[in-house]
Amino acid sequence: MRSSRIIHIGCCAFADYGTVRGQSVGAKASELFLAAQKIAWLGTDDIGRDIYSRLIYGIRVSLIIGLASAIISVAVGCVVGAVAGFRGGLFDDVVMRITDLFLAFPFLVALLVVRNMLGALSWLSPIIGNSGSIRFIIFLLAIFGWMGVARIVRGQVLSLKEREFIEASRAVGASRRYIILRHLLPNSIGPIMVALTFSVVGAIIGEATLSFFGYGPQAGAGTTSLGLLVGAAKGAVQTGFWWMAVFPCAALVIISLCINFIGDALRDATDPRLEMGQ
Amino acid sequence: MLRYVVRRIAWAIPTLLLVTFLVYVALRLGTNPVNSYLRSNPRASAEKIAQYKELNGLGSNYVTGYWGWLKHYVTLDWPRSIKGSREVLPALKDALANSLRLGAAATVVGVVIGLGIGVFAALRPGGRRDVTVNTAAFIGISIPPYISAILLQLLFAVYWSRWFGHTLFPTSGVYPPGHSGFNAVLMAKHMALPMIVVAIQIIAVYSRYMRSSLLDVMNSDYMRTARSKGISESQILIRHGMRNALIPVVTIAALDVGSIVGGLIITENIFDYPGMGLYFLRAFNDGDFPLMMPWMVLIVASILLFNLIADVTYAWLDPRIRLE
Repeated sequence: MRSSRIIHIGCCAFADYGTVRGQSVGAKASELFLAAQKIAWLGTDDIGRDIYSRLIYGIRVSLIIGLASAIISVAVGCVVGAVAGFRGGLFDDVVMRITDLFLAFPFLVALLVVRNMLGALSWLSPIIGNSGSIRFIIFLLAIFGWMGVARIVRGQVLSLKEREFIEASRAVGASRRYIILRHLLPNSIGPIMVALTFSVVGAIIGEATLSFFGYGPQAGAGTTSLGLLVGAAKGAVQTGFWWMAVFPCAALVIISLCINFIGDALRDATDPRLEMGQ
Repeated sequence: MLRYVVRRIAWAIPTLLLVTFLVYVALRLGTNPVNSYLRSNPRASAEKIAQYKELNGLGSNYVTGYWGWLKHYVTLDWPRSIKGSREVLPALKDALANSLRLGAAATVVGVVIGLGIGVFAALRPGGRRDVTVNTAAFIGISIPPYISAILLQLLFAVYWSRWFGHTLFPTSGVYPPGHSGFNAVLMAKHMALPMIVVAIQIIAVYSRYMRSSLLDVMNSDYMRTARSKGISESQILIRHGMRNALIPVVTIAALDVGSIVGGLIITENIFDYPGMGLYFLRAFNDGDFPLMMPWMVLIVASILLFNLIADVTYAWLDPRIRLE
């Protein structure tokens, strides 16, 4: 699995050299809807674009969205979770109530409603871009991503803060910020890394889901993404253009599987409780 | 126990009001109901627009607006939909009935198979079948529902009829177009594919829950005691193991409605199945505020209800929680 991931990243990083033909060559009637064959390894789509090339570019965008929004949500989640767990009280209650609420709500509905709301707030657009841009999607997914991380970090902090070394640190007069930054967060690095990998998958799938329903990054901006490709597959199914559906779907599943496997392995490596259970 | 339940219900009502208020604000900001009304009815008279605003509580202020909406909502004086001016309540009822049928079928199939597989894997932890089940469940979790939906649709809509000359499972709607009346066989055939898609997710999740829960129970002291008393292995599994392993699974199940609804939205949309999910997406695409608000209230209320059920079951099983 690891080697296939390296191949993936390699293909995407060197997309400009590896792709057979760019985003779109001038459409020739003879090149529309070709099945997989020599000139187009994975076939061509409705306007004659090579699906392999589109996939490579799409995976690029999807990985950027996944990584960027995962990093933002892990950063926010760590701070919020650590503070909530360490201070407790009203802040903790409010944050955890909000988190519960959003985690209980159907993810897609919350995503769509908040997307429209953010898009309508014009004073936000200088920061997060307009609702069709990649930046907007990154922020949107980060808004929902931090809650799961905050929950994990909070749980970790709650169990750590009763330990002796924290008490010792407090006894010698360490400030709250110092304890959080120097003791609590470094000691929870294992679960945080696991949460990071899972939120990369979450963001990639979230983007794909949004695009699938036409609410993701807009194709007009010269971008493509896995979600857009899978969404295009929806229209191709009834007519039997199988390659347009199978290859993007397979790419998405392989990516999410690979990252999930990494997360699972990280969890096995960092969580001592699991070893005893097995 | 009764006091605990009453207290939980007393908490649920303000929560419902608060959440619906937030949803109201979010929808008003996001979809701009007045604009979408004008888009669908460009020649509406000023009178009609005023009436529309009044019924939906779209006054200038969010708080008074919400209050106005709530009054109409509670008295069942619901505004008609923006597009086509349909009655909302019958549409919602239809959608709910279709979704409940699909959701219930998928949940039953998914939970039964999932729990069975979980037990099957937990009996020999670390063995070959455990590894196989684990890997399969892992792959199942990693596949988003629309992927399995698209692939199933491709297989059954196109290739099955090409290979075998007849359609086994139709890929859209509840009945073939033009059909009227009730026909259980046709209905089941139409429901089969969406049900499989939703059930795959449930199976993947529950087999993992059940496996880890049963493994925990199997290692506990009372299982050893039961074994040392000389009860047969299958008796131990059913009377002691399954019973205790199901407790955490049941409480998780009640909290899981949100994700099942999420799966239904995606699946229904792909298979054109006229349930709650398709209802919501259509309403959302049109910015149809009168259609969306009752849907949201229903979803929020059912999430709260299932949360309540989970809490009460848990308190019933574990008396320590009640006293907190």
